[in-house]
Amino acid sequence: MRSIRKPAAAVAAALVLAGMTACSGGGEPTTTPEGKTAITVVSLKPGSEQAAFDAFEEQVRQFEAANPTIDVTTQEYEWTGPTFTAQLAGGTLPTVFTVPFTDGAGLVERGQLADITEHVQALGYVDKFNEAVLATGKSADGRIFALPTEAYGVGLQYNRTLFQQAGLDPDEPPTTWDEVRSYAEQIAERTGQAGYAEMTQDNTGGWMLTTLTYALGGRMQSVTGDQVQATVDNPGAKAALQRLKQMRWEDGSMGANVLYDWSTINQDFAAGKIGMYMGGSDVYTSLKQQNGIDPDDYGLAVLPLAPGADSGLLGGGTLAAVNVKASPEQQAAATKWIDFYYLGKFVRQDAAVQDAKTLAESDQPVGVPKLPIFDEATLTQYNEWIEPYVNVPLGQMSSFTEGIHGQHLAGEPPAQAQEMYAVLDTVVQAVLSDPNADIDALLAQADADVQTVLDRG
Amino acid sequence: MLTWIRRGGLSTLLFLLPLVVVFGVFSWWPIVRAAVMSVQQTNLVTAPVFVGWENFETVFTDPLLGTAVRNTAFFALIALVFGYPIPLVAAVLMSEVRRWRGLYSAVAYLPVVVPPVVAVLMWKVFYDPRPEGLFNTVLGWVGIAPQSWLQSADTAMGSLVLEATWAAAGGTVIIYLAALVAVPPELYDAAEVDGASIWRKVWHVTLPQLRGVLLVTLILQIIGTSQVFLEPFLFTGGGPANSTITVLLLIYDYAFSSSLGGDYGAATALSLVLAVFLALLSALYFRLTRSWSTS
Repeated sequence: MRSIRKPAAAVAAALVLAGMTACSGGGEPTTTPEGKTAITVVSLKPGSEQAAFDAFEEQVRQFEAANPTIDVTTQEYEWTGPTFTAQLAGGTLPTVFTVPFTDGAGLVERGQLADITEHVQALGYVDKFNEAVLATGKSADGRIFALPTEAYGVGLQYNRTLFQQAGLDPDEPPTTWDEVRSYAEQIAERTGQAGYAEMTQDNTGGWMLTTLTYALGGRMQSVTGDQVQATVDNPGAKAALQRLKQMRWEDGSMGANVLYDWSTINQDFAAGKIGMYMGGSDVYTSLKQQNGIDPDDYGLAVLPLAPGADSGLLGGGTLAAVNVKASPEQQAAATKWIDFYYLGKFVRQDAAVQDAKTLAESDQPVGVPKLPIFDEATLTQYNEWIEPYVNVPLGQMSSFTEGIHGQHLAGEPPAQAQEMYAVLDTVVQAVLSDPNADIDALLAQADADVQTVLDRG
Repeated sequence: MLTWIRRGGLSTLLFLLPLVVVFGVFSWWPIVRAAVMSVQQTNLVTAPVFVGWENFETVFTDPLLGTAVRNTAFFALIALVFGYPIPLVAAVLMSEVRRWRGLYSAVAYLPVVVPPVVAVLMWKVFYDPRPEGLFNTVLGWVGIAPQSWLQSADTAMGSLVLEATWAAAGGTVIIYLAALVAVPPELYDAAEVDGASIWRKVWHVTLPQLRGVLLVTLILQIIGTSQVFLEPFLFTGGGPANSTITVLLLIYDYAFSSSLGGDYGAATALSLVLAVFLALLSALYFRLTRSWSTS
């Protein structure tokens, strides 16, 4: 017995070892066995409806047909600070991925994006970009590392059905913050749902506090030369927090949930639990794809701005970037994909029509309000091209689309915006969860904390 | 050499190798890397820079560390007060019943089978802060006003402990039940002959017989709760206003909260500090309790 068992065990152990070495393959291949350039691109947010994925896959097929030497693999993706960092550090980011405007400069500075200047220049429309918008993906010496793909302005999202139930006219959204407050109170009183809600988690609390602060005339940072100073403790921010405090604790119009992030607030809004909230003008796409919102419920108004030259509408956007580890062939292929999927449609009629048609055929949103990444005329032209395919309730967004032109647009804070937002999350959460929160003390503390973040660089 | 092989040296080595390789690759090497990283500044993409004790200084001067330690200690304490005796009481009661014992242990163990993330999502629904939320409805039946649960700094931590206790109790109950079977029945018979009540039997027979297991589960519970992460991460993200940020969540935040590439140096530095602290605590604990131990 003994004599049999030992060799058998040794064989088993050897097999285990052999199995382990077999498993330890190399990294992702840059070419397929057929010699095609392999790239991985981000597709849609996890949990999007099947029809949206079908439309995306159709676009991949169109791209591969037009570029027979490129093989595209898709990967579901939703940018959140923590998951992005993990993918960045773990080296698992796809060849093409997207990041918010706020992170472009920081990632370029840290050498974490591929330099795609030459490939971008070959596209032939680099000089058409809005210079300020393109700058979010450029290095200090003018090299291009990321391309803006879309820009949004924050708007006031509102539920038309709740407006009606509360006895408000859904075609007359609030135009001042005092009206927002009284409407919210009326909605909460008559429908029992939150009249107004605000995001507070995963940096969105800071993002929205900054938006409200801008709208009330404040700014979170000031730049002199190379020096960035935290100005979190400003009258606009104070007024913003006081408004939230009044709505939450005096009026009781903000519901009971104070821990919302981007996904959960969209979810509750689509489910009819929220009367109004601030969100990007393009959020309808996600509300439809991920949360199945009833289009009749949806309303988008331009964000009220306080009178005065300083008040501004916060705008931001998305950059498409290429993995720094991608080979030169992959970088070229990746730029082609960025052109095909994100940008070409704005400058070429055939691309615009094909994109809109593909989406519309799968009943995916076409025509959500965007802000120009090229010049105004290019966007107007694009909107004309896709007009026959527009299927979003644009009439219910007219307050935004008409009102946005008169607004003073202001970009997100220039330095370490996401880290600053993380600090401000705590401030917003404190005001919304503690009726006795001391706004002055919170702002003074946050100002010091943000300055520390900025000094660390 | 040949004798060494014939004596079984080779197969011993072959047997040992997979284990050594697996432990080496998945445990020891990461531990060494973490120790190295704690004195480096790195974003894991560009080359790391040696910074000496700087990461430890960053960690120890971070005002959030105090908050995180206090919160973790508070969590550990209330988890101990509720989470430690409840499984013991449940196990003793269950061992006393004669019928349906299997059913009771299955029910007690059920929460352990539920995947933790699913459990947290489920409890998030229970903790709905509106008056029509599940727990608030139940409280309403007995005339208690609706609670904010996760939405207020005062009640958030308690809510986390409640779910954590529910989720973990089943596992401990099973350990106690197994240990209770090992208590010699003649001890109970003798106590019964002496006219001992059920409480005296528990106090004088059950607990002393279980003390070995109790000592181990206590330190495991302390270590486990010191590393609490899942509940604050999924329920509150450390909020409202940092009231549920724990040491592990702080480590996570160092590593991942900045989308530009995290401070992995500070994260590993704090991880090492926590590991050393828990190792010292365990050593001290076993030294202090050596005289009570059965082994």
